[in-house]
Amino acid sequence: MCLGVPGKIIAIDNADLGTAWVEISGVRRSVSLACLLDETTEPESLIGQWTLVHVGFAMSVIDADEAQRTLQLLNEMKALEQEMDGHEIRG
Amino acid sequence: MKFVDEFRDPELAEHLLQRIKVLLNTAPLANRESVRVMEVCGGHTHTIFKYGLDRLLPSRLELIHGPGCPVCVLPRDAIDTAIEIALQPKVILASFGDALRVPGTRMSLLQARAAGADVRTVYSPMDALALAKQHPDHSVVFFAIGFETTIPATALTMLQAERENVENFTMLARHISIIPTLKALLDDPELENDGFIGPGHVSMVIGTEPYEFVAQAYGKPLVVSGFEPLDLLQSLQMVLEQLACGTSVIENQYARVVRKQGNAQAQQAISTLFEPRASDYWQGLGEVAGSGLQFRPEYSHFDAEQHFLCDASKPSDIVEQGCCDQVLKGALQPQACPLFGRVCTPSQPVSALMVSSEGACAARYLYRSGEHRDVG
Amino acid sequence: MSDKERISLAQGEGGLASSQLVESLFLQAFDNEHLYQREDQARLELADFIRQGDRLAFTTDSYVVDPIEFPGGDIGCLAVNGTINDLAVGGAIPRYLSCALILEEGLERALLERIVASMASAAREANVSIVTGDTKVVPRGKADRVFINTAGVGVIPQGVELAARRCEPGDVLIASGYLGDHGAAVLAARGDLALEMDVCSDSRPLHGLVQEMLKVSPDIHAIRDATRGGVATVLNEFAQMSQTGIVLQEGSLPVRPQVRGFCEILGLEPWYLANEGMLVAAVSASAADEVLSSMRAHPYGCDAQVIGQVVAELPGKVQLQSGFGGRRLLEPLTGEQLPRIC
Repeated sequence: MCLGVPGKIIAIDNADLGTAWVEISGVRRSVSLACLLDETTEPESLIGQWTLVHVGFAMSVIDADEAQRTLQLLNEMKALEQEMDGHEIRG
Repeated sequence: MKFVDEFRDPELAEHLLQRIKVLLNTAPLANRESVRVMEVCGGHTHTIFKYGLDRLLPSRLELIHGPGCPVCVLPRDAIDTAIEIALQPKVILASFGDALRVPGTRMSLLQARAAGADVRTVYSPMDALALAKQHPDHSVVFFAIGFETTIPATALTMLQAERENVENFTMLARHISIIPTLKALLDDPELENDGFIGPGHVSMVIGTEPYEFVAQAYGKPLVVSGFEPLDLLQSLQMVLEQLACGTSVIENQYARVVRKQGNAQAQQAISTLFEPRASDYWQGLGEVAGSGLQFRPEYSHFDAEQHFLCDASKPSDIVEQGCCDQVLKGALQPQACPLFGRVCTPSQPVSALMVSSEGACAARYLYRSGEHRDVG
Repeated sequence: MSDKERISLAQGEGGLASSQLVESLFLQAFDNEHLYQREDQARLELADFIRQGDRLAFTTDSYVVDPIEFPGGDIGCLAVNGTINDLAVGGAIPRYLSCALILEEGLERALLERIVASMASAAREANVSIVTGDTKVVPRGKADRVFINTAGVGVIPQGVELAARRCEPGDVLIASGYLGDHGAAVLAARGDLALEMDVCSDSRPLHGLVQEMLKVSPDIHAIRDATRGGVATVLNEFAQMSQTGIVLQEGSLPVRPQVRGFCEILGLEPWYLANEGMLVAAVSASAADEVLSSMRAHPYGCDAQVIGQVVAELPGKVQLQSGFGGRRLLEPLTGEQLPRIC
């Protein structure tokens, strides 16, 4: 695979080079935003976003809603199972 | 760590494990002797062993550790070429730490360093470019390996070097593409599996659409998965749900990172610089059509092999020791190889799968040694 | 070329330039009666040792750290604390150190002064004297700026018997602080990874802490400081020497968030990173609580944690148990830890 770590974009480093400071659990590194920028995306608009960092490049903006949805699904499964366990005990 | 720790919750894992057991014990899977799922990506192999998921999963769910580890499939002649370049005067060869331990036919890059080569470890190809700028009197060669996750980074770094007119920077590129590799595996009659866990980080670049053929032409489900234990268990559950109701579609468990279309900028960076090669040889996989990449002619000045006039003709008599190919296809368990744990260990790897902790053999050795130390 | 004062080959030749260096730098900084005698050897009173214990502990170590200066320390304090700690974990009270320097011609005198001052201050804090020494200067390119060797002598009090082979099933393993601070600080300070983080080396003397621990439980089985190769390597030594097994609980290993982040980014593991002021002790279960509270009451043990147990199964092996219940083997570190992408 490819080791990828979630980090938060905290500041623009070099606007000309398209690099930004990303903080990963208290560690800061300047990473390239080249994979996140297009004609319509300003680097500044990415500040505060979470991104997946691989070998010094921000590769994807992490979608917090999707992360929540995945966790919610897991929690629903847990609830459903507990409910079913309850039926079994009663039945 | 946000987006990490939430997906390492043992309690939620317990419920996924229950669901997986239920699925395996319900028709039609209940009658099957075993259900075989291949995790394509070495990162998943790493997660499975690191968290001991293989011990928690029912034994009837057999996990096959696939070829998605760029270090594991790196052919020996690639290392030989890197060493040949690194030993030339006024050359700095930079690469990821992973590549330094891989055995070539005579030695590894670490051993070449001891023999006088200037070999540096970098975290990012951008750091190799920085080295080139710091050492204008040296020729800096970046030894680039990796699947589509890593290729955009190396491509974008080269394009940056061109913009900045850094002339002492070239690249020895040994990238590998996932789709031709997957296709070759699927065409192999020895592969027997029911479904796939798809590589999450490769997919954030290429998207989920390129996998459609797996479901459509080969009738196998594939779920693109994240790398935390809950991601992996949920993805396994999703594959089993499909197998239980007889469907085969491509699903995306890792939606927080992977989009259907992938990352357009990253894809463009790859295709700007590289084009597929007719065929390439990979350790454990053999020749795979269209799996390797070469510089497009207009960027051939970046190619370290051309720059240093390496003998590009591949040795035709590479003798693979061990059973890597069998292990990669799931035909053999790592510990069944006669070299495993005896002459082939992570500190002295004979074969590719023992080099990286993502390799099926190294993962098995490191995480399950207690159970098979009697072989050694 | 700057006009900074630099070390010359003559200063290692033993002549006038050498003795000027000794007088103007080392005598002043290390400041003790043994050095002022200016003999070829330090003469140490036996009676003085006998008052403190019944055995001498004697050790040596060389220091070649790169970079020479890093957050939380430098090669100088490392050379003092490292050797003190090798004595300390044997239960010894460290008394005297030697200091041998190999300097590269052209080394900035100001840097050497900082290193020597750092050695002097570390020795003062630990109440040890640097009583003998040597300085050589090698031509430029024949060494990397400065290498230091220190040897140390200490006294082991009667009845103290710390030994890795004494670990036994049922023992509790206690770490005195966070894992990997020194290794992460030094790797980050090299700069080639371009990672910025706030973490300091834990370089510090541990004999005070060890003596406090022995006070509450003289029968502690084993103590080692987890230097190169980290906690994983030290515990492998415990397991191999005592032919016991060791199980660590991943969730209870103290790792600072930024050190964990550093490791996640580079694919490293904190239990293999070096420490320079952190020890691991094997203590019988009945004494564990007392030892732990004595450690936490000491400034250099305030972050102490129980990290695992000695067991009978898998003798000679160290296992790490994840929160999921799965166990994996922690081999001793082979070669260097390299940052990886996969």
